[in-house]
Amino acid sequence: MARAVTTQRKALNTLAAWTVGLLIFFPILWTILTSFKTEATAIADPPVFLFFDWTTENYSAVMQRSDYAEFLWNSIVIAGGSTILGLIVAIPAAWSMAFVPSRRTKDILLWMLSTKMLPAVGVLYPIYLMFIKLGLLDTKIGLTLVLMLINLPIIVWMLYTYFREIPGEILEAARMDGASLRDEILYVLTPMAVPGIASTLLLNFILAWNEAFWTLNLTAAKAAPLTAFIASYSSPEGLFYAKLSAASTMAIAPILIMGWFSQKQLVRGLTFGAVK
Amino acid sequence: MSNSFRALMGACAIGALATAASAETITVATVNNGDMIRMQGLMDEFNAQYPDIEVEWVTLEENVLRQRVTQDVAAKGGQFDVMTIGTYEVPIWGAQGWLVSLNDLPAEWDADDILPAIRGGLTVDGELYAAPFYGESSMVMYRKDLMDAAGMEMPDAPTWDDIAKAAEAMTDKDNEIYGICLRGKAGWGENMAFLTAMSNSFGARWFDENWTPQFDSEAWATTINTYMDLMNNYGPPGASTNGFNENLSLFQQGKCGMWIDATVAASFVTNPNDSTVAEHVGFALAPDNGLGKRGNWLWAWSLGIPAGTDAEDAAKKFVAWATSKEYTQLVASKEGWANVPPGTRTSLYENEEYQKVPFAEMTLNSINEADPNQPTVDPVPYTGVQFVAIPEFAGIGTQVGQEFSAALAGQQSVEQALENAQAITTDEMEAAGY
Repeated sequence: MARAVTTQRKALNTLAAWTVGLLIFFPILWTILTSFKTEATAIADPPVFLFFDWTTENYSAVMQRSDYAEFLWNSIVIAGGSTILGLIVAIPAAWSMAFVPSRRTKDILLWMLSTKMLPAVGVLYPIYLMFIKLGLLDTKIGLTLVLMLINLPIIVWMLYTYFREIPGEILEAARMDGASLRDEILYVLTPMAVPGIASTLLLNFILAWNEAFWTLNLTAAKAAPLTAFIASYSSPEGLFYAKLSAASTMAIAPILIMGWFSQKQLVRGLTFGAVK
Repeated sequence: MSNSFRALMGACAIGALATAASAETITVATVNNGDMIRMQGLMDEFNAQYPDIEVEWVTLEENVLRQRVTQDVAAKGGQFDVMTIGTYEVPIWGAQGWLVSLNDLPAEWDADDILPAIRGGLTVDGELYAAPFYGESSMVMYRKDLMDAAGMEMPDAPTWDDIAKAAEAMTDKDNEIYGICLRGKAGWGENMAFLTAMSNSFGARWFDENWTPQFDSEAWATTINTYMDLMNNYGPPGASTNGFNENLSLFQQGKCGMWIDATVAASFVTNPNDSTVAEHVGFALAPDNGLGKRGNWLWAWSLGIPAGTDAEDAAKKFVAWATSKEYTQLVASKEGWANVPPGTRTSLYENEEYQKVPFAEMTLNSINEADPNQPTVDPVPYTGVQFVAIPEFAGIGTQVGQEFSAALAGQQSVEQALENAQAITTDEMEAAGY
């Protein structure tokens, strides 16, 4: 039976949730605010919060200097491509691990996860040299492949966890009713796993969007995504914090908007299976 | 298929081939600083002169750029046709055969006009391996109003004693005014750039002629103790995390009496749009101790061409254009003399218009005071003023920088930091086979 929740407790919970939420969101809010300040106001001490002369000059400067649309397009292709490619590989893999496990399934899963424990820089040179040989440096296809491989363990693990929550008896029942493997996956498993697949897709898209190590190291002028766009505004000699903030805001805006509209699916997917 | 359609297709194919053959693309890797960004805005002028060369830019933060271009040139990735590299990389890369010699740039480019100190730092065995785009040294930037209020005057060529006295006189911690702001953030290009240059003026050196580390010398102890005294008594709080940008911010807000750092900062602190103390800034040479060397460094961001690029001719045309006297004139005509890339050509400092820029003379004098081939009082086996031009230095310099930064933060004593610096350097150099 659910516990009765008093109004006072509700208010306290709401307050706590808002406080934590604002605390987490504050750096992003500060970045957005700074992007509308002049460079002098951006470094003012004490810091100015809301009451300053708002200006959009940083956005004009950034738009004038960089081809934002090209960086954005590259980000969409690379993040989207690696996510879709990853799901195509991971769904059958997770299905087989969840429903027809072998003696070594657990070991394979752990081994896959262990690849995430290796510092990326450890394999930078081998991959860089392979990319030179294969002509993949500074190409969208090359980056898509690398990001797909990097995020694959997480995708497989997430999907495996979701699939495990689906009772095998339901699939068995479908089979007894004469469903083929294709029908079983398409009409029984997929509808039940949609929240899990959706949240995996979203999370992986966000991870690929924000990935900065490989995208900075394997690109130059043609395939550089928004991470490279932000990096081009960072400077150790010169205070360009307002412009850097404008570039950052422009880089995170698409993913922020996407996250806002899909938060229901994200939360549902991430808490899927938490309550039985 | 009709004849006219065939003819049209043929014309299109020829057109496409002609375009592909005539337009050559070069990729330029560069840092994000005002001068480089300005150049990107002037590409129309370059294209008017060279319509057959298309320039693509890759702008990155300094440390990221350094790692990217090193990786690319070492692995022969061929990602870049022109690279922006510093005075540290050029002699090492030139000796490795990674860069194209620029001795054959056209005569009108006028190599003899390049400031001798800068040119010396970019030349290996008589071959010029990079063309300087802008050069910098370091100098004292100070608040004339605070000095006046204290009844003091800053000499044009101060000693470290003068600096200590001025710092004491200007410090007013109750009003958040700190007599001196210096780099404390760890890194070979951060605090160690400053401390290595400072140590030169105290007669210290990284290595003796036999590559034996010298942190156990009296000269290094005096250098670091002087630095600690200045910072602990007159420096801002939390200085162990302050780099160029943090100190620039403090100075612009009127919180530093003095700041010894890159000459390029002069244009920032005198810009009334960003600096609250723009009209009160004076300049002086970096301090000395009467030993014949000053505590200033020498650096140039230069354009180099990686060996093996398939667009060498186009890259050379671009490099010659970007580092020419005409380019300086072009920037002056569009943005004013204060915005031309400084520190590379003698002719710029002979220009009467440029001499009117308040920090021009002190910048030139500072650059001329530095000698990358004889940086120290006692002889050394290396070149480089604020660095040692060997591949191992970046790693060693950063580790040693962490020791001094920790001492500044109060986490260890100066003696301990020097002892650790000596041990780290000895180990690394032995491992490297010196």
